[in-house]
Amino acid sequence: MDAHASSHAQVGHVMRRRVLFRVLAALLVLTYVTVAVTSFDFGRWNLWVAMGIAVVKASLVLMFFMHLKYDKPFNGMILVVSLALVALFIVIALDDTLHYKKNVIPGYAPEIKTNPK
Amino acid sequence: MSDPAHSPHLQHHFETPQQQFDAGKLGMWLFLATEILLFGGLFCAYAIYRANHPEIFVYAHQFLNKYWGGTNTVILLCSSLTMAWAVRAAQLGQRRLLIVLLSLTLLGAMGFLAIKYVEYKEKWEHGLLWGARFAPQVEGHGEAPAGAPPAALPPPAAAPAPPAAFVVERSAIKPAPPGPGGTLVAEEEQQEQLDHAGMGRRPDNVQTFFSIYFLMTGLHGIHVLIGMGAILWILVRAIRGDFGPEYFTPVDFVGLYWHLVDLIWIFLFPLLYLIH
Repeated sequence: MDAHASSHAQVGHVMRRRVLFRVLAALLVLTYVTVAVTSFDFGRWNLWVAMGIAVVKASLVLMFFMHLKYDKPFNGMILVVSLALVALFIVIALDDTLHYKKNVIPGYAPEIKTNPK
Repeated sequence: MSDPAHSPHLQHHFETPQQQFDAGKLGMWLFLATEILLFGGLFCAYAIYRANHPEIFVYAHQFLNKYWGGTNTVILLCSSLTMAWAVRAAQLGQRRLLIVLLSLTLLGAMGFLAIKYVEYKEKWEHGLLWGARFAPQVEGHGEAPAGAPPAALPPPAAAPAPPAAFVVERSAIKPAPPGPGGTLVAEEEQQEQLDHAGMGRRPDNVQTFFSIYFLMTGLHGIHVLIGMGAILWILVRAIRGDFGPEYFTPVDFVGLYWHLVDLIWIFLFPLLYLIH
């Protein structure tokens, strides 16, 4: 790319400026999309649409801004393992909480006032 | 100069600068993994409360301004770009550009926290706080409902304390009697006001949302503060001329930390501001 890169082996990967700006443009467009999409109602898919866009944005940041695409794969593995552990944590906790009865000992739990609609 | 072993930045226990860099980066990624696990606990709390009480989240998110949130997202994304570009500048030995880009990143962080301050202040003034501090006074959010004096609400501290037996272990006692009448009336008055403000009927336990909101954005805000300190540190070192193609590791690692702060916000923004 220039004198520095050719004179000796560059430690680490140097991102190209053009790539950085394209990634930012994509991130800004996706931010606009995630806000604009709230005016449409996909019912129970609303959350998953929002999370899908967030995952794409996060992948762009990880791959390019955080150099993972050009990194040793082991760093990416650490990331994936930590995300998998968080996912495991949330899935098992959700599975647990959604299986409880509202009133385990009948008559002994304070009545929960529900939202009258 | 061509012999890497003579580089002044190479510690004696590494063979090459590349090996030193990779080892450091591995450590940095391990640290980032612990950060993800730390925030994972809060995301789990969010998931459990939202799964059990979606109505609280649908109602309470109306108090968050998605334009402030969106502006903060844009600010953070732009500061991520300047940070990534700063790493490139450090790698290429462009000292002046590096200083400019780090300053811009710092400016972005300040802008983010300034907007966060405006948002927190608004919540504070309207009593939209966590747990027991939750005492909504909504008239300032839109226009005041006609004829409702703003100071009409009794402070929540004036409510009589519940009977002592109410506090002890619930499974061992009979179901609690309904609360004292005074609190219920105040609740209904508040409810009236909230209905007037066009927010819809307030479900119970809205404070849960604000506890989660302040914990998640607060922990994220602390990370922004720490990131600002780290950026300031490498900015000072960059002005001193410490960094160049042979040594840019601190810039790279602070960059990784800053991008992680950005990553967390990418998820917090739709989860807190864009519920529908």
